[in-house]
Amino acid sequence: MVRTIGKAGRHLGVKLWRKWHDISLPLVAVIICLPLIVVVASFFIGLAGEEQRATLSHLFSTVIGEYVKHSAILLLGVGLMVLVIGVATAWLTTACEFPGVRWLRWALLLPLAMPAYITAYTYSGMLSFEGPVQSALRTLSGWGLGDYAFPEIRSLTGAVLVMGFVLFPYVYLVTRAAFIEQSRAAIEAGRTLGLGPWQSFSRVALPMARPAIATGVTLALMETLADYGTVHFYGVTTFTTGIFRTWYGMDDKVGALQLASILLSAVVVLMLVERISRKQSRYHHAGRSNHATRPMRLRGGKAVLAFMVCFLPVVFGFLLPALQLLSWSFDRLDVWTDSAFWILIRNSLVLAALAAVITVTFALWLCYGKRVASKRQQTSSTRITKASVSFASLGYAIPGVVIAVGVMVPLSWLDHRIIAFSESVFGVNPGLIFSGTIIALLFAYTVRFLSISIQTVESGLSQISHAMDESGRILGLKSQEVLTRIHFPLLRTSLITAGILVFVDVLKELPATLVLRPFNFNTLAVRAYEMAGDERLADAGPAAIMIVLAGLIPVILLSRAMNRRQTLSKEEARPLDPRPGEIYEPV
Amino acid sequence: MSQLKLSSVEVSFDRQTIVDGVSFYLGEGDIGCLLGPSGCGKTTLLRAIAGFEQVTSGRIELDGRLVSSPGQHIPPEKRGIGMVFQDFALFPHLTVFENVAFGIRKQSDEEQRKRVNQLLSHVGLAGYGPRYPHQLSGGQQQRIALARALAPKPRLLLMDEPFSSLDAELRESLAAEVRNLLKEEGITALLVTHDQQEAFAMADRAGVMYHGRLLQWDTPYGLYHQPAHHLVADFIGVGVLVHGSVTDNLEVDTPLGLLRGDEVVRGTEGEAVDVLIRPDDIVIDDTSERRAKIVARGFRGAHFLYTAELENGSHLLCMAPSHNQYELGQEVGLRLNLDHLVLFPSGYCDT
Repeated sequence: MVRTIGKAGRHLGVKLWRKWHDISLPLVAVIICLPLIVVVASFFIGLAGEEQRATLSHLFSTVIGEYVKHSAILLLGVGLMVLVIGVATAWLTTACEFPGVRWLRWALLLPLAMPAYITAYTYSGMLSFEGPVQSALRTLSGWGLGDYAFPEIRSLTGAVLVMGFVLFPYVYLVTRAAFIEQSRAAIEAGRTLGLGPWQSFSRVALPMARPAIATGVTLALMETLADYGTVHFYGVTTFTTGIFRTWYGMDDKVGALQLASILLSAVVVLMLVERISRKQSRYHHAGRSNHATRPMRLRGGKAVLAFMVCFLPVVFGFLLPALQLLSWSFDRLDVWTDSAFWILIRNSLVLAALAAVITVTFALWLCYGKRVASKRQQTSSTRITKASVSFASLGYAIPGVVIAVGVMVPLSWLDHRIIAFSESVFGVNPGLIFSGTIIALLFAYTVRFLSISIQTVESGLSQISHAMDESGRILGLKSQEVLTRIHFPLLRTSLITAGILVFVDVLKELPATLVLRPFNFNTLAVRAYEMAGDERLADAGPAAIMIVLAGLIPVILLSRAMNRRQTLSKEEARPLDPRPGEIYEPV
Repeated sequence: MSQLKLSSVEVSFDRQTIVDGVSFYLGEGDIGCLLGPSGCGKTTLLRAIAGFEQVTSGRIELDGRLVSSPGQHIPPEKRGIGMVFQDFALFPHLTVFENVAFGIRKQSDEEQRKRVNQLLSHVGLAGYGPRYPHQLSGGQQQRIALARALAPKPRLLLMDEPFSSLDAELRESLAAEVRNLLKEEGITALLVTHDQQEAFAMADRAGVMYHGRLLQWDTPYGLYHQPAHHLVADFIGVGVLVHGSVTDNLEVDTPLGLLRGDEVVRGTEGEAVDVLIRPDDIVIDDTSERRAKIVARGFRGAHFLYTAELENGSHLLCMAPSHNQYELGQEVGLRLNLDHLVLFPSGYCDT
């Protein structure tokens, strides 16, 4: 009797746990998606009310035309730049051998360490009237003020150039991976069918990498759309600056939400392109064996040309801005002893660490839910679980401004309900518990960066097959021991990597932080941006260089992962060590 | 449609010699095959013939024209050689039709369509033109890869482990099909494999490679029955080497008794030799006086492969139909049924 009750109780427990699992995952997904839901809903609500419709039509008749034009030029220009630079450098560093190619392979990732807004302000300093370039020009030529025309970097063209040089590594990274994974046999098949070495690039390697290139370009374009710092600093009006101006300048929440929803629809288009191209790339594996193409050795003029094509993007995307930042930081050594500066560092570190812990925890939970679900039979609940994980990872594409606006509206609504309730019941005003504290910031970071952790944790978990769990159990481990003795040691690196990636992204994040930070709460990114905006370029140096140094960490991680990949395929390509054949059949 | 001639071809990477002085001749319309364990250099040799690797010494001639030597290297696209790759290497972004037409893209649309359709029906895949490679099964991809290589009417067709990624049943039927197709079109072809059954099914001429050297270039029958090197005997079929010495009668004295083949023994009197004894050279005959004990057996379907131990401790392999079972430890009589002797200089014996 007692036994049956115990058994029934356990059954109930399992059932409840499953139910909780089935409900909690979609719940998390909905909470993560809440800001998006708010923004999308606002568009439709906007169509309903008389006043809102008026705002929308006012926006359309005034600013939207300009925003669309500027955004289109930005997307086109940046898209072209990252395409040309990214593909050319990826091909040269994969298929050719020339002096310097070894370090260029990782150096080409360095621009990723530079947030676009920081690169933008260093160029503004370098190319300004007092900057080193124009000063040198004047010294050399003897010209004075007004004697010559110098192109203005703080313009739409300038923004395109800066973002192109900062964002091309997205294309480089993905395309190079695709080139490396291409089977050597496909290129050689082209050669036996009559293609020369360069033709086999344009007719075989390039078309085969097309889906990967499309993925890289769309990623770069998403970053372009999300950018606030660069365009604002260079005086280019786009949707992100528009949302800021409408939100703060005009205190028009409805208008800001509506602009956000329009920006969101552009992002959705890009996301669809990216998804489709990722799907296609699955079919674009020519074979199972990943033999690396043996690089072509370039000599003389060709080698110099190849080197310059790969080196110049590193110079413009990283070396020049970094040198400028270094020189400013040395000019302002006093900042380093300023206690206010250390408060900034503390704030940034605390925020980034908290966000990293939160996102990794959520990612673990969601990924385990998905893993458990994928073991079960296909039912509607497993489909819902999988969909929940996909929805929770949408944030990577959404501009920080849009997320910020989407976070602010529901949280401040909630805060005001709480204040009203608390005042009527307890007679106390608790203040803005969510929207006025770093909770709002952490929420926004989680929405924006959860997908990074999910991806990393998922790829870590995918290394652990269900058969591994099962062999652990067969060898006498209890189910929680499977976690501690098999999963945890195998996942540790993925978890740390996920944490670091989020940590660094939070340090660099600007637009959402600007909107959501509590009153009088500053971070390194905000300080760098504000100082630069006030034309105190040198003062922004120390904060900026801290961000760039942190940004180098994921670049190192990436280049190590890339190296491993290349050496792996190289080892496979080398003929195996000759070994004597087994003599006769085993007796 | 032409002949291939290799003279002392050597290929090295980083001072490591991968292909070491290989010479052979493949006549017009013949199908040749390079056999050997993985790492023996056979694929590198194939790639050198295709023009993907430079030779460090020696010459490769195709149709009497020098294509590879240390001083001259004609690039792969100018050699007029077709190649079928191990993993097929179909272009994933092109349809089946576009894949097959790839090598004849300079011909008129009408000619292309005619040739592609002809080849597709030849390989039994007429009507598959609009599909993409990923929509095909492994066997279908392999046929498309063959059709693609044949489309430009190559002078020589190279195949690198062409059937290794297919399952055993498909492998056999495809090998026969491909041989018929090549013979029909009169194409000279060279394939590389580690599977001797595949080699026997396809090849007119075959060679065994070890550590970069071509040990023997012969008919498949010759490789099995007259191996020129003990390593060839190792690789082709099963068998054991038995110590012996040549007697003055030019017979060989072994633990199995005096052996005599139908050919004259090559060797000088008193010379120590090893004799290759294949399982098909031995008959289990209980009336025979030569006794042996069964120490191991392996089920092979139609027959068992037994390991028998002679009184002096040396081992022999023999076969018997599987409905005639012998138990482990059972004593049996053995009778020799040799029609020729295969001798090697002594020193490699494993018994």
